[in-house]
Amino acid sequence: MKTVVIGVIGADVHAVGNKIIDYVLTEKGYNVVNTGVLSSQEDFISAAIETDAKAILVSSLYGHGEMDCVFFKEKCEEAGLGHVKLYVGGNIVVGKQDFNKVEKRFKKMGFDRVYAPGMKIECALDDLREDIGI
Amino acid sequence: MKPYLLVDFGSTYTKLTCVDLEGEYIIGTSKAPTTVETNVLDGYDRALEWLMKDHPEIDEISGISACSSAAGGLKMAAIGLVEELTVEAAKRTCLGAGAIVTEVFSHHMNKREAKRLKEANIDIVLLAGGTDGGNKECIVHNAQKLKDVDIQVPVIIAGNKDAQDDIDEILENTGIEYYIVNNVMPKLKILNVKEAKHVIRKIFIDKIIEAKGIKKAEAKIGEIIMPTPEAVLLAAELLSNGYEDEEGYGELMIVDIGGATTDVHTMGDGYPKRTEVVLKGLQEPFAKRTVEGDLGMRYSANALLSLVSNFEFKKYFEEDDDCEHDIQTSLHRRAENVDFIPKTKSEEDFDEAIAKICCDMSMSRHVGHVEVVHTPLGEMYYQTGKDLTDLKYVIGTGGVLINHDDAKKILKQVNKKSDKKLELRPANPSILIDKSYILAAMGILSQKYPKIALKLMKQYLM
Ligand code: B12
Repeated sequence: MKTVVIGVIGADVHAVGNKIIDYVLTEKGYNVVNTGVLSSQEDFISAAIETDAKAILVSSLYGHGEMDCVFFKEKCEEAGLGHVKLYVGGNIVVGKQDFNKVEKRFKKMGFDRVYAPGMKIECALDDLREDIGI
Repeated sequence: MKPYLLVDFGSTYTKLTCVDLEGEYIIGTSKAPTTVETNVLDGYDRALEWLMKDHPEIDEISGISACSSAAGGLKMAAIGLVEELTVEAAKRTCLGAGAIVTEVFSHHMNKREAKRLKEANIDIVLLAGGTDGGNKECIVHNAQKLKDVDIQVPVIIAGNKDAQDDIDEILENTGIEYYIVNNVMPKLKILNVKEAKHVIRKIFIDKIIEAKGIKKAEAKIGEIIMPTPEAVLLAAELLSNGYEDEEGYGELMIVDIGGATTDVHTMGDGYPKRTEVVLKGLQEPFAKRTVEGDLGMRYSANALLSLVSNFEFKKYFEEDDDCEHDIQTSLHRRAENVDFIPKTKSEEDFDEAIAKICCDMSMSRHVGHVEVVHTPLGEMYYQTGKDLTDLKYVIGTGGVLINHDDAKKILKQVNKKSDKKLELRPANPSILIDKSYILAAMGILSQKYPKIALKLMKQYLM
């Protein structure tokens, strides 16, 4: 069984989507480790080390995701998690912006998969299967 | 009358407490210097002789139970993966079982670390790492390192269950004594210390007691059932929770300032008291024990020099103290002569200042902390550790506090401080002293007679 770490990054308390992601991924056969809302980058990373996670799925709903995600990839590299896939989704930036540009910026930060507002967790299942299997 | 004898083989004294199970009172206590080098029983025999002389009413002892912290107590090494997760879980397990943690390792141990561990003066190794189903490669690597150096003390494996078969393969038929138990952190941030603690106690009873030369006492007094600090922790837990219809005291803390260490035990959940505070970090055990190896009255006195500046040190003297204290010399003297007993007023005052520092600093390390985090949405408060602001009782025990005329003054150091606002210290606790030095004894007694132990504590802690 593959382990994935999920959580809502930064000072963000939007809890409902996080619960749904937990439920859906567990149903699909993943071992889900949920750091919950208000998770720091370190919370995700420590959790991923102990649980041998193959992917980290970061949620950000409140619009400040970009700020919260800076240097995430670098810290993963530092912690020996360079191989772990990084996903981010929710409402990752403030308001309606050109998503192509947003996606580029997050990819440049080292995220492997970036999801536009409105994209549910189900949209990521194929990618997840492709990237880490089940 | 039904006298029951409780024995505590300490590192300097063997202490006896005799309880009347029928009348539910303490008949008497006595103590004599412990002599591990020669024969522990000498100290015991002498203490018993004195007890019987003082209390001729004791005709026959109906039963005996004992605990021990002799020969430096139980020393352990804790190994885990991530510092704030399985390393911390491993440390807490050891502390909760009454051990002192003198060696700590995280991530992949290298050869030097493994060698250092082998040469360290420890009794048991606790090896954790990985949640169940999580990282297994690291704990397997570390088990291999323990094998490579042919570790000579028992090893308890309490990590990822998926690694158990591999570890069996590495350690089987090697002559290394090892025990595989449930993971101390089976799920992220969830502690599960029960089985590991149980095995620590078992090894302590079966092996350590023997190695420390106390086993020979068993023929006379029956089994030594646990390390002394664990007995204190059990007493505290009982006093906090109550038993059947005998009510407990609720959230409480025990401070034990000794010659080498300062132990703090708290009973309480310590959840955030305000809704805007968010709890972070590893789950806290209800009964939490911390041990500060650099805070003590004698053996560790020199360590205070690097912890507090002269300027800060002086703040702990009483305002009306007009003695000239040479801080460095006075500390050295105590560290070099651990049997030092203060004779002059100046020496007493100096000891009092050391005790206050031990109390204050151990508190800073034991209680939870609030941290202000600046977020895009303004300030938020994160709490790590326990919020003890509403704690009701602080109980002082250990030589310095028990023998001090005004121990409560020293213990006031636990209280909230204006210059330590972010520490979640007790705001206004009632202070009690274990004047008759019975806490450890009540911990052992609680294994068979919890209700009597509880009643006696309520009666004798003042
Ligand atoms: C309920 C709610 C709240 C509640 C949250 C209660 C709680 N504890 O959960 C409260 C009132 C506290 C709240 C507060 C705020 N909110 Co609000 N909130 C909402 C609201 C109405 C619904 C959120 C929700 O639960 N949706 C249902 C769940 C199932 O959907 P979801 O969270 O989007 O998650 C799904 C997907 O996004 C996706 N997904 C999520 N993460 C990931 C990750 C990956 C990798 C993938 C593939 C998919 C994925 O899958 C999830 C499950 O299907 C939304 C608007 C909306 N309709 O979405 C605003 C909304 C999210 N909030 C918003 C804002 C601005 C705030 C505040 C900043 C307002 C303020 N100024 O105070 C605060 C922030 C507080 C904080 N510290 O976080 C904005 C964010 C704007 C932006 N990003 O540009 C929104 C979009 C409203 C809006 N249109 O302006 N909010």
